[in-house]
Amino acid sequence: MSYKEFETVIGLEIHCELATKSKIFCSCPTTFGAEENENVCPVCLGLPGTLPVLNSKVVEFAVRVGLALNCEISRRSKMDRKNYFYPDLPKAYQISQYDEPLCKNGYLDIDLEDGTKKRIGITRIHIEEDAGKLTHSFRSTLLDNNRCGVPLIEIVTEPDMRSAYEAEAFARKIRSIIQATGSSDCRMQEGSIRFDVNLSVMPKGSEVFGTRTEMKNLNSFRSLVRAVGYESRRQEDVILDGDEVIQETRRWDDAKGMSITMRSKEDAHDYRYFPDPDLVPIILSEEYIKNIHDTLPELPEARLDRYMNELSLTAFDARQITSESEITDFFEEAIKYADAKSVANFIIVDIFALLKTTEESFSELKITPLQLAELINMVKDERISVTASKKALGEMFVTGEDALGAVERLNLMQVSDTSAIESIVRQVIADNPKSVEDYKGGKKQAMGYIVGQVMRASKGSANPKVVNELVGKILSEM
Amino acid sequence: MQPYEMTAYELKEAIVNKELSATEAVSSFIDRIESVDGKINAYITTCFEEAMNNAVLQDKLIAEGSNMNNNYLPGVPYSLKDNIVTKDIRTTASSKILSNFIPPYSAHVYEKLKDSGAILLGKVDMDEFAMGSTCENSSFGTVRNPFDTTRVPGGSSGGSAAAVSAGMSSFSLGSDTGGSVRTPASYCNLTALKPTYGTVSRYGLIAYASSLDQIGPVCRDIRDVAMVMNVISGNDKRDTTSLQITPPDYTSFLTEGIKGMKVGVDLKSVESGLDSEVKEIYLKTIQTFRDMGCEIVEVDFSMIKYAVPVYYLVACCEASSNLARFDGVRYGVRESGNDITSLITNSRTKGFGEEVKRRILLGTYALSAGYYDKYYNQALKVRRLIMEDFRNQLDKCDVFLCPTTTDAAYRIGEKNDDPMSLYLSDIFTVTANLTGYPAASFPAGFTKGGLPVGMQLTSKSLREDNIIKAVYNYQCVTEYHKVRPEIKEGV
Repeated sequence: MSYKEFETVIGLEIHCELATKSKIFCSCPTTFGAEENENVCPVCLGLPGTLPVLNSKVVEFAVRVGLALNCEISRRSKMDRKNYFYPDLPKAYQISQYDEPLCKNGYLDIDLEDGTKKRIGITRIHIEEDAGKLTHSFRSTLLDNNRCGVPLIEIVTEPDMRSAYEAEAFARKIRSIIQATGSSDCRMQEGSIRFDVNLSVMPKGSEVFGTRTEMKNLNSFRSLVRAVGYESRRQEDVILDGDEVIQETRRWDDAKGMSITMRSKEDAHDYRYFPDPDLVPIILSEEYIKNIHDTLPELPEARLDRYMNELSLTAFDARQITSESEITDFFEEAIKYADAKSVANFIIVDIFALLKTTEESFSELKITPLQLAELINMVKDERISVTASKKALGEMFVTGEDALGAVERLNLMQVSDTSAIESIVRQVIADNPKSVEDYKGGKKQAMGYIVGQVMRASKGSANPKVVNELVGKILSEM
Repeated sequence: MQPYEMTAYELKEAIVNKELSATEAVSSFIDRIESVDGKINAYITTCFEEAMNNAVLQDKLIAEGSNMNNNYLPGVPYSLKDNIVTKDIRTTASSKILSNFIPPYSAHVYEKLKDSGAILLGKVDMDEFAMGSTCENSSFGTVRNPFDTTRVPGGSSGGSAAAVSAGMSSFSLGSDTGGSVRTPASYCNLTALKPTYGTVSRYGLIAYASSLDQIGPVCRDIRDVAMVMNVISGNDKRDTTSLQITPPDYTSFLTEGIKGMKVGVDLKSVESGLDSEVKEIYLKTIQTFRDMGCEIVEVDFSMIKYAVPVYYLVACCEASSNLARFDGVRYGVRESGNDITSLITNSRTKGFGEEVKRRILLGTYALSAGYYDKYYNQALKVRRLIMEDFRNQLDKCDVFLCPTTTDAAYRIGEKNDDPMSLYLSDIFTVTANLTGYPAASFPAGFTKGGLPVGMQLTSKSLREDNIIKAVYNYQCVTEYHKVRPEIKEGV
């Protein structure tokens, strides 16, 4: 057998922090970046005698995601205890959902390279609490309990993906959908969305899946792609060597570009799941689910349609704008004040290019939607030329100043005053008799040369349209 | 009569009527504790300084004439079982693993009692993590029965009962998972109620078995029980299992006349394993109710033989999970270890007593893969059958009367080698926890050796009115509950 005869089977487990103000079982804030052990209380610390109280917003946020992913929402679900000892788990059990999750049997369609769509199944979505954070140093381990009790949804997909491309496409799309629901900000760098990869290999066309491994610690889409590539090759090597793939959890080390065995699993964890007796079953009415359904914000698919059909963006442009909620939000705000196509163009061509040079993410952009809109309108009003607007944008990107400020500072204001331009035109014409001759002789491009010289003489500030008109007029009078 | 000999009601009346000051009341109890607790060993932690400060404050408020409504217990001194969390006051659950634990927050019931003006004298001893029926599983030494200090006070709220019985506390709050306020009440001649599950918030009660635990008053008579219930009952948003109801005024059920009340008795189930003196007192109690005009109805709890195994399975399984948080990492006593596994193992090995370990092991086993369906899941199914059986039998009567315990108080050490027989002695009390129904124990007589014997009344959920009425009337025509122990010198 060779590498080419293998097929990779991939399923993803996604943990997503919900953007509720409070934690799942207590009223501690969920804000990121607080000082260590600041956002804690007796409940999320698991002090003796404390009890969990389910934050209803968590259910609402989770149902939103479930509906956006076409899931069946369980009318009745419950919370279970998942018991194990670890210092980042205060109660020595995690309150999660075992056999009655909140959402089931959903799907998400991804676009394949050849343009066709592929449906990836979503097995289940359940709610649970996050654990704390351990920082290991040479001599000790520090425990920060801020994250204990932060609400999570865990989304488990069917093993329907067959390549790194599909996995990445799925990951990007599910992220944009969840972001669009508003249930999570899905910031991979901050850890508010985490992807674990379940991967196995099998002979192409086989109906029996191979032994799978689980990979954790994927912090970017790039690591996801690299990890899939590495692990499928690693497993193929194992099999080609005549060995068996061990079912285990592996840690992805991005620096080394390899997956490493985590604790060897001689005994699989027995979590001794049982229903949490401190909580009552979650019962949802038809009305409740319908309300959430009706108040779902516009999701990426629908938005794409609207951008293409109503705003006449190209499919490519529409996809770019809807790829991240920060971009979409920016766009939506800017088009309140300026036309959609120009806004899209500036974002996709100019702003993206600028961000690439500084390697910043869109959320770090200093330019505000209103500032961009003002800039665009200045071009529309012919107060500046298109060329000038790009220059100004570059300044605004760095300084964060308004369009007007950048334009004035750089002296980019377009001169449209006919008499002022006329004097320049007459001067240029006087200085370039040969071009006039050529023009009169039928060489139309000579006019272009004269226009160019006028622009140069005005240091680019003359309104090209006006220049063209005047030159044409004056030449024809000669 | 000394203040420490008065009931909570009598104290409240005297203080409100300015016949007695709060400071006098508290001093009386402090003196009493200092005088006799050496022989009883009920208190783990006392807070006399705070108690006196609170008493001074209460006296000031009373002098100013601040609002006194019926719920208030101004200046009334009480104790709390040491599994009820009290802010800034050490709370140990009588376990070594929490011997240094000073909680940064308070239990709901403690907050309510504070608001009512009642004054905490201290935290009383118990079986470690509420696991036991004799109070011999304490990490702070055995508590003694004031009626006979060679005997146990019952458990797990042994300290609560011994303190109230010996005049070291006018009332106490204990917790009841399988009989833990009722058994000690029976052994120490007191009146105690395990309320309907969900009536009293569990927020701040160190959990043993979450679906069974309830906090209940341990008192000198049913009037005190009703008064204390008025303070501690009611919905608490911090406890999801807390019922969303407005509790009644429990003292409104202290009315005379129970003619026609149907009292269920089950002589068949009760017979086996029952001490003969206890049986005799049972029959006598039935007669007393008959004499009061009650209709005695035969009931038959065919499922009662499953009650103890179901209870121990459910309780141990939930406990094995509830006690997992005691790992020495964040609070409590930590033993060192080379790695995290040994740190946790060493802390728990050193920190937990025998009985606690036994129950954790049992519960862990019963929840483990391959055994879950056979044990825990099965126990839950049988629990439902027991609930149905009980409901059907209680449909035939207003209250069900039976002995609280199979025997009177054992000698200390008598049951050391026989944990199983101790488990079986819970047979009458566990059903109330499994079903969630309210049940009260009240003094009904003495053995020839002078040991108290309690009887138990159970009713359906939220029918404490029947229980309170029945016990009140019984206590109007009997004097058993008024008998106080003589704390004998030097044993």
